[in-house]
Order: sequence, then structure tokens, then C-alpha cells
Amino acid sequence: MKPELHWRPATELATGLDAGDLTSVELTEALIRRCDDVEPRIAAFLQRTDELSLESAAAADGRRARGEALTPWDGIPVAYKDIFVTRDVATTAGSRILEGWVPPYDATVVERCSAAGLPMFGKTNLDQFAMGSSTEHSGFHPSRNPWDPARVPGGSSGGSAAVVAAGGVPWAWGTDTGGSVRQPAALCGIVGVKPTYGVVSRYGMVAFASSLDQAGPLTRTVEDAAVLLSTAAGHDPRDSTSVPDGPPNLLEGLGEGIAGKRIGVVKEFGGEGSQPGVRARIDAAYGRLERLGAALEEVSLPSFKHAIPAYYLIAPAEASSNLARYDGVRYGPRHAAPDIVAMNSKTRADLFGAEVKRRIMIGTYALSAGYYDAYYGKAQRVRTLIVEDLKRAYERVDLIVCPTSPTTAFKLGERTEDPLSMYLSDIYTVPVNLAGVPAMSVPCGTSPDDGLPVGLQIIAPVLGERSMFRAAYAFEQDLGWTGSDEGRPSL
Amino acid sequence: MDGLRRGAAQPMSVAHPHTLETTIGLEIHVELATASKMFCGCKVAFGGEPNTRTCPVCLGLPGSLPVVNERAIEFTTRIGLAFNCSIASRSLFARKNYFYPDMPKNYQISQYELPLATQGHLDLDTESGPVGVGITRVHLEEDTGGSLHIGGSGRIADSEYSLEDYNRAGTALVEIVTEPDLQTAEQARLFVAELRAIVEALGVSDVRMEEGSLRVDANISVRRAGEVEHGAKVEVKNMNSIRSVGRALEYEEERQRKALEAGEMLVQETRHFDEKTGTTSSLRTKEYAFDYRYFPEPDLVPFEAADEWIDSLRANQPELPAERRLRWKQTYGLPPGDVVVLAASKATAVWFEAAASAYEGDAKKVANWIIADLFGRLNEAGIGLAECRIAPAQLAGLVGLVDDGAISGKQAKEVLGHMFVTGDDAAQVVREKGLEQESDTAVLAAVVEEVIAENSEAADKVRAGQLNTIGFLVGRVMRKTKGSANPKLVTELLRAKLSG
Repeated sequence: MKPELHWRPATELATGLDAGDLTSVELTEALIRRCDDVEPRIAAFLQRTDELSLESAAAADGRRARGEALTPWDGIPVAYKDIFVTRDVATTAGSRILEGWVPPYDATVVERCSAAGLPMFGKTNLDQFAMGSSTEHSGFHPSRNPWDPARVPGGSSGGSAAVVAAGGVPWAWGTDTGGSVRQPAALCGIVGVKPTYGVVSRYGMVAFASSLDQAGPLTRTVEDAAVLLSTAAGHDPRDSTSVPDGPPNLLEGLGEGIAGKRIGVVKEFGGEGSQPGVRARIDAAYGRLERLGAALEEVSLPSFKHAIPAYYLIAPAEASSNLARYDGVRYGPRHAAPDIVAMNSKTRADLFGAEVKRRIMIGTYALSAGYYDAYYGKAQRVRTLIVEDLKRAYERVDLIVCPTSPTTAFKLGERTEDPLSMYLSDIYTVPVNLAGVPAMSVPCGTSPDDGLPVGLQIIAPVLGERSMFRAAYAFEQDLGWTGSDEGRPSL
Repeated sequence: MDGLRRGAAQPMSVAHPHTLETTIGLEIHVELATASKMFCGCKVAFGGEPNTRTCPVCLGLPGSLPVVNERAIEFTTRIGLAFNCSIASRSLFARKNYFYPDMPKNYQISQYELPLATQGHLDLDTESGPVGVGITRVHLEEDTGGSLHIGGSGRIADSEYSLEDYNRAGTALVEIVTEPDLQTAEQARLFVAELRAIVEALGVSDVRMEEGSLRVDANISVRRAGEVEHGAKVEVKNMNSIRSVGRALEYEEERQRKALEAGEMLVQETRHFDEKTGTTSSLRTKEYAFDYRYFPEPDLVPFEAADEWIDSLRANQPELPAERRLRWKQTYGLPPGDVVVLAASKATAVWFEAAASAYEGDAKKVANWIIADLFGRLNEAGIGLAECRIAPAQLAGLVGLVDDGAISGKQAKEVLGHMFVTGDDAAQVVREKGLEQESDTAVLAAVVEEVIAENSEAADKVRAGQLNTIGFLVGRVMRKTKGSANPKLVTELLRAKLSG
């Protein structure tokens, strides 16, 4: 029996649209109904654009009827984390300081997905300016995990993860600066990809930490992730840090398997660092990879233990500069004050959240004269060490695996008072951003302790997306959890 | 270079322990005349309806990213080469962080570590000899927008509100920083004039101080001769012409000297020059310790300059003012004063060069006509060479008519006056106005006969050997012909008749 429309992956929906079994308007209406149903429990969206998506869906149906479908995915709606700038549709980056701002342009990701015919379904919730690991730092409201609404969906792309996991949309875009796509994907039991830095254009992504930010897809299947990533990837002349190559064809050879592949297990990430239930699932995943023909061996990445402190200097330093423009002068609400400095201060003090202000202060301090070398400079040297450690490891192995998150989804409020414990949610994901390499989280079932999803992280060398996707696909197909009843939250 | 500097040091600095010496360093900003802005495709122009030449990038809208204008890098590198700098093979952009509403991102993309060009020098010809001026760095950055403060005095402090115009925001701006090698206000003025001429010759900027495409800030301090530490550094701002640079620094030097001589302490401060009064006044006495928190711009990749690229730029540099002056001295034998005047701007230099090449005689004559006559007319009319209706070749034609004896020098000045208004050729003006000299020997001989007959006394004196009296007779001939006679020919005829 086929699952309900809203549970079907995009690739399957594409077949239905192509065969004429289904129209984009029908699909969009089904998704709207599903979201109407689940949204009160997961609060994934900051803004739904139902009218707009239905219009776009009707246009897609028209094209398909005339045999002019833009792509096989023409007419399959997509949700965007509200950090992607959308023309004529308000964009907040999850912060009240941008409330009311309507951008005059589209992000490259949005532009390319629109050009592929994907209707925009809405803008999803996030931690303010993508700073956080639970979506509790949203300036508007927290989002909730479809597996247990008392728990967080992870973050900062928590809204996108929650709505995809709940069957509200087949796919959504997130951004990942230190794990913000992979960690919520793991906590919500879906697929999340952080591509090689530069594979997806950052143009039109509200910047958090420019040298680390990278957009990535959140989907329920590996194949959908490959499609969505390929749709937006490739060189963009508007982003000087984007790769020179066009989009990789990730579907080609996706089913090739991993027989004979050498896969490294990170020595430093073993043992006590993770919850026992997570460890059990991850160990089982390693066994599965071996059964699929991969050769596992331990790799040592000693510099990884310095990744969190280095990250929490580099990211805040860049953020302190990137967020300077939110000063009440050009957009967002403005607080009245007798002079310009007081106006800037009052506006920023009132409208930035506590976590954003904490990071702005850390970053400002790290860049100050006299402290630069000791903090920002040293953190950059750690970054170089991480790159070198990985390079050495990839001389021996093709891919590296480890948990995506040390724990399953935690309860709302559990970590908000303790920033350090929140920062440690990203202990396995942060080194990847510092190195600029691609990584993805793929579901590996639920923890025997609490029945919540666990994600396996697969890390590839720079531009190694194809081999990463093949491994993820082989694992997903063999596990058979995705698409099964137990692979769906009973929301 | 040290030797040069010492050679030019003023005598007073070594003469007496209580004499004072002045140290000046300049920070000069040049707006590049690239077609588009530094990091986006918006057009570069002066003025215009506020906020019409903007886009998400130069407005610093969330999500926007900069893309480097490579032409601006080329222009900056060429400026660096003109100042004999070493060109970085790898250069970085950096963010300079500070809050000001005219700066859309509240950081300026600039350069800090690894600027495009460093360690240059320029030799300045001064009246007291050559002065070597070190160039610390030449770097590239983006310009800010402009604020209009409404209400009060027009300054931000007492205004009611401010309006922002971001048309200028993101224009490519080059910063040139000198070592504190200048010792007088006049040297500083000369340096700015030379810099303007160089940048103009390169064709990379309009260098219009009144429009702000060339901006000069100066650091000036006076100390007792022999002291190792520099005196309290005073930054002077708002000098809006090359002349103002000289005036402001002269005033400031004098102010500091008087203060030191009176035993007063000088404080580190920023002072504002007032064009009208010719004085400076304190803008900020308390020195703010700005911390710009520079760090490498993560949105841009390092710029790598290949040696071949730098070499090709070097090979294709146009002739610079110093080279041009040397060549003029050598090929035209022009006196130094004329050279300085004619090489001061590209327009003048090109004009002179064109006139000189269209002229067959000694270029010095053409130079004289330009400096003594044409500039006078232009000044009177209040226009520049660009609007002058006389073409260089036309001036050469005029001088040629004088050489041929077709008209006298005095007539030529009159002809120039007509040409200045109509733009006609000299020959045409001469024809139309009937100004041609009478050079027909038969016609003139008859007049000469008449004059000799009417002035027999003077004629006799000439016959008796009093040759200076011949001028009187020439004058009589000129009067009879209403000035149209060729005086040279008349003199010859008189001599022949009276030498018997």
C-alpha cells in the first residue's frame, strides 16, 4: 500500500506527477492540510506562503500539461529556513531585529530552486541568525520535535527538520555553520547534508559566520537530498568563495554500493562521549557498513578536541562583524533615543536575543587589539591543524564516520541556561565546518534507551560528495528504516 | 633616500638647539574612475538623485556578498608602480569595523595585512633641492555613503536628524600613506600637486578635490631640533584644494611653533581647516582609541598577482609627469619654470605637446604663447583648456605667421583674441580683418621715398652714420601704412636707400 501523499519522497512524487496520477496543486493542498494538522504541535514555520505556493503549483501544472515541465521535480514544494532571502516575502533570520524587512531579491538557492519549478511553501523557524542547537533561541517561538513535542528538534535549522520529519513537506533547505543541518536531521530522524564549503552559493543567505556557513538540504531520503542539492549547487559568480565547478550529478552511480571502500572510525569520538543508546546504534551502524563490504579502521584526529573552542572564537568573531549592520538605521524596528549611538545601542540591546549578544561580545573581544593573536589568530591555527589532520586521514581512508550528535533530542529548556552544554551538542559536527569538507547525517534507527532517532555522520574529503552519497544510500537501503512505519513519528 | 632628505633639510634644523622642526605625513584618498563600484555592478558617477545608484551589495543588505572589481585592483597596482612601490604577489582584503550610518554594513572592506603595494618613494623637486618622500603603503578599499545632517549647524552633533545617500557607497577608493618625510607646508603642497598629476597621467581617477575624488588628510607635528620623539601629532582635515593644503599646514605649523616658543604643551588632536578664515580649529581634543578589529574578509579570496601581469602593467605605464618634464628639458630646452607650469596637469601637457609638434620652430616660443597669452585669456574667461576653442595646431599656425613675417607680434595678439572667440584659423582671421603685413617691396619703396623726402633732416643723420635714427623713419612709414608695413622689410629698404 502506498503511503499517504505527504509521506512520499520527492522522487516518488515526481513519478506521480509525470504519470499524471497527481497534480502539483493536489500535492500542495495535501501538504497544506498536513501542516495545518501538525503545525500546532511542532511550530516549524515562521511564515507559510500557502497562496504563493498554490499559485506556483498551478503554474507548474500548466507547464506539465503543455509538456514544458522545467525539471522532473517541477511543482514539488520546498520550505526554506528563514535565513534565505526571498524577494517580496519577509525574511527575519529568526530575529526581531529584522522584523518587517521585505527583501528586494532572492537568494541564489531560492532562485535556482524556483527555476527548477519548486514552489516556495514557507519560511521555517530557526535559532536567531542560526546561533543555537535547539531552535529555542528563535526570536519568535521554539519549534518542537515530531517524535516528542516536549523535546527540541535540534537547531539551528530546527523548523526545516521538524516539518520534513513530520511529513509537512518532502524537502527543505537549512544552513549549517557548525552542525545546524546535520544535528537537527539526526534528532528528527531524517537526512541532512552539509556540502563542501563553496558548493552551494552563500549569496542571499543571511550571514552568521561567513567562512563556515553552507546551505544544505533536509529530506527524508538520501536520493531526495541528492536531487535537492544538485538543483542549487554549482558556481555562482555572485559568491567569490563558491567553487568553480558546476553542480555535481549525485544521482549517477548512487546505487553503486560501498564494497571495498575504506572507512575511518574517529578514535577520539569513541567511548564515553555519547549516550549509551546512541553508542549502541552507532556501533550497529559500523557493523552494517562492514557487512556491506567496507573496510573499517580507526583514524586518529587529535586536533578535533580543539575544534569547539576554536569554533567558538572564529564563528562569533565573524558574526560580530556580520551582525553590525543591524543597527536600526536601514531595516527592522528602530528604538527612539537622543543620539545615533544611543539609538544603535538601544535597538540592538532590545532586539537581539541573549545568545546572539553573547556571541557578539565573545567575537568583539576575540578581535580586539592585543587579543587578536591569542584568540582569533590561535583559533585559525587550530583550523589549519584540523585540515591537516583530515588530509592525513584521507590518505588512508575514503570516508570517515562518527555519530552526528552525542545525544538524542533533549527536552525544551534543558540546556538553555547552560550555554556550554548546548555548545557541546555540536562536538561531532563543528570540525567538519572548520575543515570545509562535506558531511551528512543519515538515520540509523532509534535509541533503545528513549526511542528517539540517532544519526550517523559520514564525512568525505573536499568535493567528495558523490562517494559520501553512495555510502549514505547503501546504508539507508540496507537498514530499511526510512519509509517504514517505525521510521515515521506517530504524530 | 635618507641622504636626500638630509640634503634638503632646512638649515635651521641643525643651527640652534632651540630651533624647531616640522614633520608632516600625508594620508591621501583617491576615488577610482572605474565604470562600476568596487564590489558590485552599480555605476560610478558624481552626485545624482540620492540612493539611485545602489543595489543589495552596496547597500550591504543581509545575504549580499562582495565580488572584487578587477579593474580597481589593476588601477591601484598601477598607482603603486608609479610610486615605485613593491607590489604584493598575494594581497588580502580585511574588514575595518566601526559604526557609522553612512557605512551600510558598519564595516568597511579595506586592506590591513598584505596591501596591494608597499615601500614606495617619490622624489620631489623643491626650491631647496630634491626631497625623497617614502610611501608607506597603497591600498584599496570601498568608499562610504554620505550623510546630510538636517537642522542646527549642519554638523551631526546639533542636527535634528540625518539623511543618508548611498550613491557613493562602495566606490573604489585608494589610500596612499606617506612616511613623515615632509618638512614644510610647501613640500606637502608640492607633493599633493605631484600626486595629482601622476594619478591624472595614469588616467585612473578624476582627481577633483572639490568633488572629493581626491581627499587629503595631514599629520603635522613640530618639535625642538634634535629631539628623537616626534611632537604631539595633529591631524588636519577638510583641505579642499591643493592651495588649501599649503594654507592649512602653514597656519598649523605657525600655530604649533608659537605655542612651543611660548612654552605651551601641544596636545594630540584632530583639527578642522576653515577655508574662509584660513585657520584651523579643534575638532576632537580627546584622542579616541579606535579599535577597528581588523580581520581578513571571509567573503573574498586572496588576490594573487602573477609576475607577468605586474610586468605587463609596468611596461604599459604612460609617461609620468617627472619623465615628461625631463624629456621636455632635453628635447625642447624649456626653462624649469615653464616645464613645471605646462606639466602640472595632463590637459595642459597634452595641449602643449600637440602645439609643439605642429610647430616647426623652437618649442619655447609656443610655450611662451601658451603661458603668457593663452592662459591669460583662459583665466579672464574663467574656463579651462578643455573648453578652449583654439586647437593646439591653430596656435602653432599663429606663431608660424609671425615667424614668416606675415603679421607682427602685436597683431598676433589681436588675432589670438579673435581666434579665442571664434575658433577660426589664424590665417583666416588675418585675411578677414585685413591684418596682413604689406611686404610688397615696390609698394613699400614708394612710401619709403615719400618719408625720406618729408624728413630730410632725419635722413641726413642716418646718412651721416647715426643709425639709431632709422627707427624714427621706420615709425613714420608704419604710420603712413596704418601699421600694415612689414617693419623688417621697411628697415632694410631705408638702410639701402640711405647707405648711399
